[in-house]
Amino acid sequence: MALTVFKKPEAMSKNITHYCPGCTHGVIHRLVAEALDELGLRERTVGIAPVGCAVLAYNYFTVDFQEAAHGRAPAMATGLKRTRPDLIVFTYQGDGDLASIGTAEIIHAANRGEKITVIFVNNAIYGMTGGQLAPTTMPGQVTTTSPQGRNVAEMGYPLRVADMLATLRTPAYIARTAVHTPQMVVQAKQCIKRAFDYQARGVCFSLVEVLSTCPTNWGIAPVESTAWLEQNMAPYFPIREYKRPEEA
Amino acid sequence: MGERLLMKGNEAIGEAAILAGCRAYFCYPITPQTEVAEYLARRMPEVGGVFLQGESEVAVGYMLFGAAAGGSKVFTTSSSPGVSLLAEAMSYLAAAELPVVIGNVMRNGPGLGGILPAQADYFQATKGGGHGDYRCLVLAPASVQEAVDMMLLAFAKAEEYRVPVLLLADGMIGQMMEPVEFPVFAEPPSRYTSGHEEWATTGARGRGQHLVKTLFLNPDAAWAHNLKLKAKYDRIEANEVRYEAVDTQGEMDVLIVSFGTMARVCRTAMETLQDKGLKVGMIRPISLYPFPAQAIREAASRSRLVVSVELSMGQMVEDVDRAVQGKAPVRWYGKAGGLVPVPDDVSAAILGMVEG
Amino acid sequence: MQHEVVFAGFGGQGIMLAGQILAYSAMEEGFNVVWLPSYGPEMRGGTANCSVVISDRPVASPIVPRPGTAVVMNNPSMERFGPAVKPGGCLLVNSSLVNLKCDRSDVKTILIPANQMAIDLGSGKAANMIVLGAYVGATGAVSFDVLTSFVRKKFASKPQFVELNVKALTAGRDLAAAAVRGGN
Repeated sequence: MALTVFKKPEAMSKNITHYCPGCTHGVIHRLVAEALDELGLRERTVGIAPVGCAVLAYNYFTVDFQEAAHGRAPAMATGLKRTRPDLIVFTYQGDGDLASIGTAEIIHAANRGEKITVIFVNNAIYGMTGGQLAPTTMPGQVTTTSPQGRNVAEMGYPLRVADMLATLRTPAYIARTAVHTPQMVVQAKQCIKRAFDYQARGVCFSLVEVLSTCPTNWGIAPVESTAWLEQNMAPYFPIREYKRPEEA
Repeated sequence: MGERLLMKGNEAIGEAAILAGCRAYFCYPITPQTEVAEYLARRMPEVGGVFLQGESEVAVGYMLFGAAAGGSKVFTTSSSPGVSLLAEAMSYLAAAELPVVIGNVMRNGPGLGGILPAQADYFQATKGGGHGDYRCLVLAPASVQEAVDMMLLAFAKAEEYRVPVLLLADGMIGQMMEPVEFPVFAEPPSRYTSGHEEWATTGARGRGQHLVKTLFLNPDAAWAHNLKLKAKYDRIEANEVRYEAVDTQGEMDVLIVSFGTMARVCRTAMETLQDKGLKVGMIRPISLYPFPAQAIREAASRSRLVVSVELSMGQMVEDVDRAVQGKAPVRWYGKAGGLVPVPDDVSAAILGMVEG
Repeated sequence: MQHEVVFAGFGGQGIMLAGQILAYSAMEEGFNVVWLPSYGPEMRGGTANCSVVISDRPVASPIVPRPGTAVVMNNPSMERFGPAVKPGGCLLVNSSLVNLKCDRSDVKTILIPANQMAIDLGSGKAANMIVLGAYVGATGAVSFDVLTSFVRKKFASKPQFVELNVKALTAGRDLAAAAVRGGN
């Protein structure tokens, strides 16, 4: 009899993702699904999809989903969780969505201590609209709306979301992780699972920022993109747990 | 009915939401409707409901979405500039076919305007406000009692059609106190929308995924969705027209069309005009969308003049003109900026039109 | 039957409350009634006013541009509402604070030293009840018994205020009734 050692998580659907080659959204989706399976939360979880590359995230999960307007996912999660406190509610947002148009919503959801989990995927660029400057775009990084590279004199420095939210007193769990190496995938899984576990235990707001690659819009090969992330993003966006409820 | 209470419109609107079964209210403070928020901040915890002051009306719009898509009856109130911010979400709520009730206690604009009564959000309420092809059922109360009755109707219709329903009140309705009676239900209504089990995001336990979304990238699917919404709006136009007709029998010299508090001012002005021997009737639209076009057209065909009286620079008059279809001349009279014509202003203006 | 009255004065003089108590009493007596406040920044430290319409028919316009009675508690209110009173109407003037004169011969003016009368009864804060009593005494818009029993009910948890307020209402009523009888 064959022994199953690897299978698709129950929380993932059979659909093939639309993501570009070398994009790590698919990996992060899988980690979320694994966490929900392992914690036994699938049947009471609702995801909130963003606007951006992950707008169709609901196609890849078997959990209930709502689709938000650009940046508003934390407000939607708030409305749902407050009225259905038994549900596990998570938002899945990119950097344009969360760190630009949705800054008010994320800060206040975090500061109110909404009992939700936020998966924040930071790939330093707008993906779906075709590679524009994001709040997290690196200094000097060329995008279609910063063709000479990000000029920090005009556009400031990249926004460190996890660091910023970690200054708030209310949120319980704030971490930054990445998925560009097998070791980091394992660590990211641990962070994501931890975040959902805190929510399941009624602990307030958790956010996991995941550094991600966008070879298509960075204009480099998938293999090179992991090195680019390691060399450019990782030093500026420290990979660490900022805040844990046990330390509060 | 219960006992007769003297209540401020804003507070009565809050209590009516609770009576309708609503246990989730999200808000952002703005004059002249803040008493609704203050009232429900006290009342919602008493009845085991959710009260939450959001960071902006933009966020509040999506708190409504999240809660409504979870199957809960939800409510917010705001005033004109705040409703502009809610308008983004209203497009999404309509597209996602979510039942919500939104109260706009209108103040004067445009821009920051002022905090005094106005009806200048007529276009925004009846023609859109947000983007895309969508409609809200729009109800306009003229008294505190009617505001209460309308709140119950609003929740029922939001649920029946799965549409956003707008209660469009002017600042005076919110601020005035009048006697009001609340109906007593043998069985209190549920805090959840009936039938939500079929579509709401409550966790996929033993069933497939429920998805509440508004994205239709495939044009054929988007077309089909627009047709579905249109069919619903057609049903609303066929079944939900409401108005009050006053003295509209026979031949008339003047037919007034006016809504909300303004219609009550007109009611007093009518007496002055009738004392002068003029035959004056009035149609007060209660539903602004759907608009009582047919009733107005029929009455206009028996009148020498039709006057739309509004607390705006002339918005409803466009619908009145469209309804009348040339059967009588259509004129506008109104004030804006927070000024409210008194009965003598209205009667003098109409007299001037009749004699001029 | 329709009575229309405006209560006007400084924020803090209790005129909104006076109007509300009148409105409650009218409702208890079975009338239709509307209480409409001025609202907004002017409430905060400036002038404030509210109008009450009491009618045996449904109230049409809640706005009262020409009230049958104006109760003016300070000079700015006198300036604004003195000229507005309907001919044949009544102007109740808080003569403790209002020194402007209204030289209209077509309205009945009754001077009420409301603050002084309230202080004499034990608290200057009851000036609003003095003028409310005076309004009812002058117009009979609601039954005085209904008014006092409503006040007893409303302030039941604060018995010390009940007696003061009823005394104030009575003093105001007596003064105005005498003025109406005597032609002032």
